[in-house]
Amino acid sequence: MSDIILKLENISKSFGDTHVLKGIDLEVSKGEFVTLLGSSGCGKTTTLRIIAGLETADSGKVYLNGTDVTNLEPNKRNVNTVFQNYALFPHLNIFDNIAYSLKLKKVDKAERKRIVSDALALVQLEGYEKRTPGELSGGQRQRIAIARAIVNQPDVLLLDEPLGALDLSLRRQMQLELKKLQKQLGITFIYITHDQEEALNMSDRIAVMRNGNFEQIAHPNDIYNNPRTSYVASFVGSANVLSGVVEKVKDGVAKVVTAYGVCFVNCGKYTVNTDQKVNFAVRGENILINKSDSETGLSAVISDVNFVGNMLRTTLKLSDGNEVVATKHGITSEYSVGQEVKFTFEPSSAVFVDME
Amino acid sequence: MKNKNSSKMSLAMLAPIYIFTIAFVALPIIYMFVLSFLKQAESWGVVYEFTFKNYLDILEPIYLTTFIESFKLAVLTTLLVIIIGYPFGYFMAKLSAKWRGRMMLLLMVPFWTNSLIRLYGWIIIFRANGPLDKILMFLGITQEPLKLLYTYPAVVVGMVYALVPFMILAVYSSVEKMDWSLVEASRDLGASAFEAFRTVTLPLTLPGLLSGIILTFVPSMGLFFIADILGGNKVVLVGNVIQEQLMKAHNWPFAAALAVILMLMTSILIYTYRKITKVNELEGIL
Ligand SMILES: Nc1ncnc2c1ncn2[C@@H]1O[C@H](COP(=O)(O)OP(=O)(O)OP(=O)(O)O)[C@@H](O)[C@H]1O
Ligand SMILES: [Mg+2]
Repeated sequence: MSDIILKLENISKSFGDTHVLKGIDLEVSKGEFVTLLGSSGCGKTTTLRIIAGLETADSGKVYLNGTDVTNLEPNKRNVNTVFQNYALFPHLNIFDNIAYSLKLKKVDKAERKRIVSDALALVQLEGYEKRTPGELSGGQRQRIAIARAIVNQPDVLLLDEPLGALDLSLRRQMQLELKKLQKQLGITFIYITHDQEEALNMSDRIAVMRNGNFEQIAHPNDIYNNPRTSYVASFVGSANVLSGVVEKVKDGVAKVVTAYGVCFVNCGKYTVNTDQKVNFAVRGENILINKSDSETGLSAVISDVNFVGNMLRTTLKLSDGNEVVATKHGITSEYSVGQEVKFTFEPSSAVFVDME
Repeated sequence: MKNKNSSKMSLAMLAPIYIFTIAFVALPIIYMFVLSFLKQAESWGVVYEFTFKNYLDILEPIYLTTFIESFKLAVLTTLLVIIIGYPFGYFMAKLSAKWRGRMMLLLMVPFWTNSLIRLYGWIIIFRANGPLDKILMFLGITQEPLKLLYTYPAVVVGMVYALVPFMILAVYSSVEKMDWSLVEASRDLGASAFEAFRTVTLPLTLPGLLSGIILTFVPSMGLFFIADILGGNKVVLVGNVIQEQLMKAHNWPFAAALAVILMLMTSILIYTYRKITKVNELEGIL
């Protein structure tokens, strides 16, 4: 397809004995906002550095705009990076920081001035030309790093946790601004974060990464509602993952026997068979807690009750030591720690995971 | 209340340092300054009579030439020290921790050896038909002994040898502090490896380079014993003149005037360094 702007093909990378990337594939369309989401050390930064050319893959290929750039130096690739620590040049003022790549490309002075002031307007920091990076706040530095990276009009902009160092409210505001900017410029973004909410809010697609592999690459809705693996379910949707054996299937609903009782799970797109061992995920907000003398439900003991904002989080301990977290709106709990209960959920709110 | 007490405390603790500095740094400098405006006595010592004569004497051709020659030698020495010392310090800072430690040890060993003994080592090497000549002739590069000892090049080698460690350490300490992600950012923004060096690494390690230059240039104006030992009496530097005026001619005021001028040049250099780098300590000294 012609509008594939970036393609990674079977990229592997090791540092000494640590196998950091284990043959990853990725295709990104022009103008897309793709987020790499994963826990610390899973290889996100390494992936980005290989795309930028700051690191060389042990094997595999990188294509930009259909051209093989695997062995090209970073300055020969039309890709720019917003570094995690911003990496603004401390010895240059803001104007020279932003104009850095333009100067290298010998863009003439008047044009440089125009582009820089446009870029500053875009990140809402007009008039900051003469300041030095040391005289800016974290959020302002972050915007300058973005301005510096986009004046080149890169094919792909790589952002390594650009909001990681900002406080929560500024983060939320910058998320919106970044997304707007990306739409406005039409530049392809590859964005790293380990904040699942950020990923769900901003991305066209999320690539969930784990131990040097992609677990699932899909639209945020899909990642959230149809996680492919238990890792994706628990990492992205903070879902609870339980396992059991299918007893029978009727009308697309499977009756699953678990160690704590019997429950029902929608089969969705999967076909499951009797006696099959299955894992399924169900999110906390879909769990209902009932008295222990209810006829249906899975048995558990309340092990913790706490409030997060206006949410009530109840932790349930299962007989095998696993835990399930149920959340609901409200600030009063009908149950107390140590109480025996049963919990249920709608079959449609549970999904099978780890089916392949 | 507490603040006042602690500032009194710190004053009490700092007092010895102030007293020491005044007694052993400020007073001698003031004495030297005063001395430079006095007259040489007929026999011994000085006459307490104000005069500009000493400074005017410096303008006499022989002394002026000495200053200019010293200056030229210092510039040449400094250039060579930069060419050798900067890459050395740069690559040393990029070695693994283990090898950095080993290199540091090698650099330090000469400091623990008497500098005169090291200079006599050079005499042996430079001597006609010494090891250097033997090797060069053996390799067929030269046909007969070069007789390098007591020549200008021998002095230059001795100077560079004595001063290059200071440059290496100064550059090393500033390269070691480099944030290499800035170089990556520059590569990412389209700079070739060389452009990244020129626009990022060099400016950011400039404090080290400049302090290396000062640490090389200033002493090389005054290292009289190297010129004496390796240059015979063919190479005469300001340092040699000062030593001669002080020890042989017993013209203390004139020696003092020469020293004041040297000090002035040094101060100007350090002042410029501070202006350029906005740093107050010389990198690599501590
Ligand atoms: N230059 C290197 N030398 C050795 N190991 C490295 C190097 N760079 C990365 N690693 C290792 O590779 C693994 C992946 O690192 P990477 O920086 O890609 O993680 P990440 O997903 O970006 O994590 P984080 O969210 O913490 O930034 C880690 O275990 C890290 O220790
Ligand atoms: Mg990272």
